[in-house]
Amino acid sequence: MRGQEMEHVLEAEGLGKRYGARWALRDCALRLPTGRIAALVGPNGSGKTTLLHLAVGLLRPDAGAVRVFGETPYENTTALADIGFVAQNTPVYRDFTADELVRMGGKVNRRWDATLARTRLAQAGIPPHTPAGKLSGGQRAQVALALALAKRPRLLLLDEPVASLDPLARREFLQSLMGSVAESGTTVLLSSHILADLERSCDFLVVLQAGQVHLTGAVEDIVAAHQQLVGPRHHGEPIDGVATVVRARHTDRQSTLVVRTDGPVTDPAWTVHELSLEDLILAYLAGSDTQSNHEAWGVAA
Amino acid sequence: MIEFVLDGRSKVNTYVQLVQQVKQALRVGLLVPGDRLPKVRDVAQSLAINPNTVLKAYRELEIEGLAEGRPGVGTFVTGTLAGDSLANQADLRTELLGWLRKAQAAGLSDEDVTALVDTTIRAARQADALQEEPA
Repeated sequence: MRGQEMEHVLEAEGLGKRYGARWALRDCALRLPTGRIAALVGPNGSGKTTLLHLAVGLLRPDAGAVRVFGETPYENTTALADIGFVAQNTPVYRDFTADELVRMGGKVNRRWDATLARTRLAQAGIPPHTPAGKLSGGQRAQVALALALAKRPRLLLLDEPVASLDPLARREFLQSLMGSVAESGTTVLLSSHILADLERSCDFLVVLQAGQVHLTGAVEDIVAAHQQLVGPRHHGEPIDGVATVVRARHTDRQSTLVVRTDGPVTDPAWTVHELSLEDLILAYLAGSDTQSNHEAWGVAA
Repeated sequence: MIEFVLDGRSKVNTYVQLVQQVKQALRVGLLVPGDRLPKVRDVAQSLAINPNTVLKAYRELEIEGLAEGRPGVGTFVTGTLAGDSLANQADLRTELLGWLRKAQAAGLSDEDVTALVDTTIRAARQADALQEEPA
């Protein structure tokens, strides 16, 4: 079924990238297992694009290393033949038609499945002889996806592929992507700040915040290991079954905690609620935000 | 052939929803042994869900002895759920009706009953889980 030849297709260790004095990505450790569809999540400016550009060798790391199929992409371009990349806003040459783009791709790529691209484009209802610049955003995204898949990549990287699409085009794009991946077994890493679709489509998660990896792992494990507790005002004392408190909100007599658990929470004082993936990610993003703001303002959290 | 649908507001895991739909189809006889389940690719595409989720659902059905994957061909129904459980349901329903009348007589509203059933199911599951893996 889905690829099993190598355990991890992408590995980053201590990976960092600096623009001037600012670290866009810092001390990033990451292992993406083969055959997963992974979501790279984080607010704008959190380092998602930087991480993807490092993975396709468009950028050279300032610290640490990133390996794709065991190779460092910036130095060794042979790995690139196995990577499909759809950059932000799905750029395609606007004066060329979809049909011309498919033929052009055959000339510049060693491995090129033009039939696959044409089948995909036909299914997506893309007119073959209209310049790409005259297509809708959703259609252009479909063209960019079909072209990336025609390389028959083992790893497909997508930078915010659905950010600028309307809900229908977004759904159609994800349908195309899921259908293609089911056939090819390609490992996918897609960045997004739209959390709603992710729980259905992604089974691996990387949460970036301010250039650092805050959370990574299989979605199933992550969801199983987090819960929301509601109970009496909490002052930091340990709770049985709770490993860490991700985010805490308090009123004068009640506390709402998002926690990572290491066992069942059986204390009857706490009501346990399941968390959706979306709520969980938001808790991580909000949790670290509040902390840094309080530090910056010099007041107690 | 059946077509899967997802309840977007349901908190039930996507793969569990797929398993439940196959089981429901088996219960009412919509699926019978020998029928082919939709292709993983088709399900993934039409619902825009991760193909691994579909594979997981089909694997679960295989483990429960209800389906069998034939490499390169597809996944086929091998078991059935029709019959016994329907008959059981009728009996259980009769018992439940009797119990509901008792609850009404004791002054429980419909909401009280639902809450009681929910919490009891949860407590029973927790007790089961604790028995299975002692802390």
